Amino acid sequence: MGLLNLANPTRFVWLSDRLLPWLSGAAVLVLGAGLVLAFQAPPDYQQGETVRIMYIHVPFAWLSMFGYSLMAVSSLGILAWRHPLADVAHKALAPIGATFTCLCLITGALWGRPMWGTYWVWDARLTSVLVLFLLYLGVMALRAAIDDPNRAGRAAAVLTLVGFINVPIVKFSVDWWNTLHQPASVFRMGGSTIAPSLLWPLLVCATGFTLLFLALHMLAMRTEILRRRVQALEARAAAQAGL
Amino acid sequence: MMEAFLAIVRRDLHLALRSGGGAGLGVVFFLSVVTIMPFAVGPDLALLARIGPAILWIGALLASLIGLERLFAGDVEDGSLDALCLSPLPLELVAAAKGLAHWLATGLPLVLAAPVLALMLNLDPTAIGAVVLTLLVGTPAVTALGLIGAAFSGAFRRGGLLIAVLVLPLAIPVLIFAVSATSAAITGPVPFGTPFRILMGLTLFSLVLGPVAAAAALRTARA
Repeated sequence: MGLLNLANPTRFVWLSDRLLPWLSGAAVLVLGAGLVLAFQAPPDYQQGETVRIMYIHVPFAWLSMFGYSLMAVSSLGILAWRHPLADVAHKALAPIGATFTCLCLITGALWGRPMWGTYWVWDARLTSVLVLFLLYLGVMALRAAIDDPNRAGRAAAVLTLVGFINVPIVKFSVDWWNTLHQPASVFRMGGSTIAPSLLWPLLVCATGFTLLFLALHMLAMRTEILRRRVQALEARAAAQAGL
Repeated sequence: MMEAFLAIVRRDLHLALRSGGGAGLGVVFFLSVVTIMPFAVGPDLALLARIGPAILWIGALLASLIGLERLFAGDVEDGSLDALCLSPLPLELVAAAKGLAHWLATGLPLVLAAPVLALMLNLDPTAIGAVVLTLLVGTPAVTALGLIGAAFSGAFRRGGLLIAVLVLPLAIPVLIFAVSATSAAITGPVPFGTPFRILMGLTLFSLVLGPVAAAAALRTARA
C-alpha cells in the first residue's frame, strides 16, 4: 500500500518537496568529493593525465543506459497500468537521458583523440551509443508530434520498448565484436581490471552522477506535474470565462 | 483467417499498383538517388565500384521508406482501419498483411531494378549477385521496421520526416550486415555466409517485431 500511495501525483509532489533538497545536496557533496578524488588519483602508467576523462565519461555512459532502462520500465507502467505518474516519469527522462548520452559521446570523442588518434571511429560500441542517442531523440520527436498528451505518452512508450533492444547491444557490443573501444573493465566476471587507486574515485564519481541524474529527474517530474496542473487550471478558467 | 489475410494483401496490392504512386515511383526514386551519387563523388569508376553496394543500399533504404507514409494514413482517413480492427483477424496480422503487400509493390521492384543500376556503378558480376541477394533478404526487414513508423505517422497524421527519424536508427543493423556481407563477397576476408546469416536472423526478428509494434502503435491512437 505504501508504494501505491507514492504513485499518486499529489503524494509525489509532497514527497519530492521533502526529498529534493537532500538529494540535490547529496549529489553536490558526492560529486564534489568524486571530482577532488579524480584529480588526486595517480595518472595512468600508459595514458597519463588523460585517464581523468574516464571519471566523467564512464558515469555518463552507464547513466545513458540506466536512463533508457528506466524509460522502458516507465513505458511498461504507461502501457500496462496506464499510470499518470509513469507517463510523467517517462516524459521527464527523455531529455535528461539524451543529454547524458550526448555528453558521453562528447567526452568519449575528447578522450579518443589523444588515445586513439581520432575523435570518432565507426566501431560497434560508439555506433550503438550513437543509435541510443538517436532513439532518445526519436522518442522526444514522437511525443512532440502528437497533440493529445495521453496518446503521445502511449505512442512514445511503444517506441521506447521497441528501441530497448539496443540497450543490451550497447552493453555487449564490446564482447560480441572486436572493437577499438575496450571491453568491460569494472563489472565483469572475475572482478575489475582497474587498479583500486583509479577504481575508487570512479565509483564515487559514478554515485555522484547517479544522484545528480535522480535529482534532475525528480525536479523535471515535479515541474511536469505542476505544468499539467497549470494547464488544467488555465483550461478551466478559459471555460468559465467562455460561459 | 488465411483468406482474410490474403484479401488484405490483394486489396493493398491493387491500391498500390493502380494508384500510380506505388511501385513505379519507388524505382524512379531509386534510379534518381543512384544517378546523383556519381555527381557527388565524381565519376571515378574504381571508386564507384568500391562504394557501389553502399550506394545501392542507401538508395533502396530511402526508396523503401517512400509510400510508407500512406500505408496506414489512407485507412485511417476513410475508416477502413476501423473495419479492419473489427475483423476476426488480429491487428498484428493485418499489419503484417499490409507490410507484405507494401513489400511486393515497392520492395521487390527495387530488388529487380538493382542489377541494372549496379551495372551503372561498375559493379562486377559477383558484387551484383551479392547486392541483389542482400537486398532480397534485407528489404523485407526494412519494410517490417518501417511498418512501425508508418503506424505512428498514419495513426497520428504526421508527415514522412517522422517516419525516417523513427525508422532509420532501427534499420542501422540491417544496413551494417547487408553491406558487410557484400564487401565480404567482393574482397573478403570474412566468408559471405557469416554476415549474411546474421542479416537473415535480423530479418526474421524484424518480421515479428514490426507487425507487433505497429499494431501496438495503432492501438495507442484508438484507445
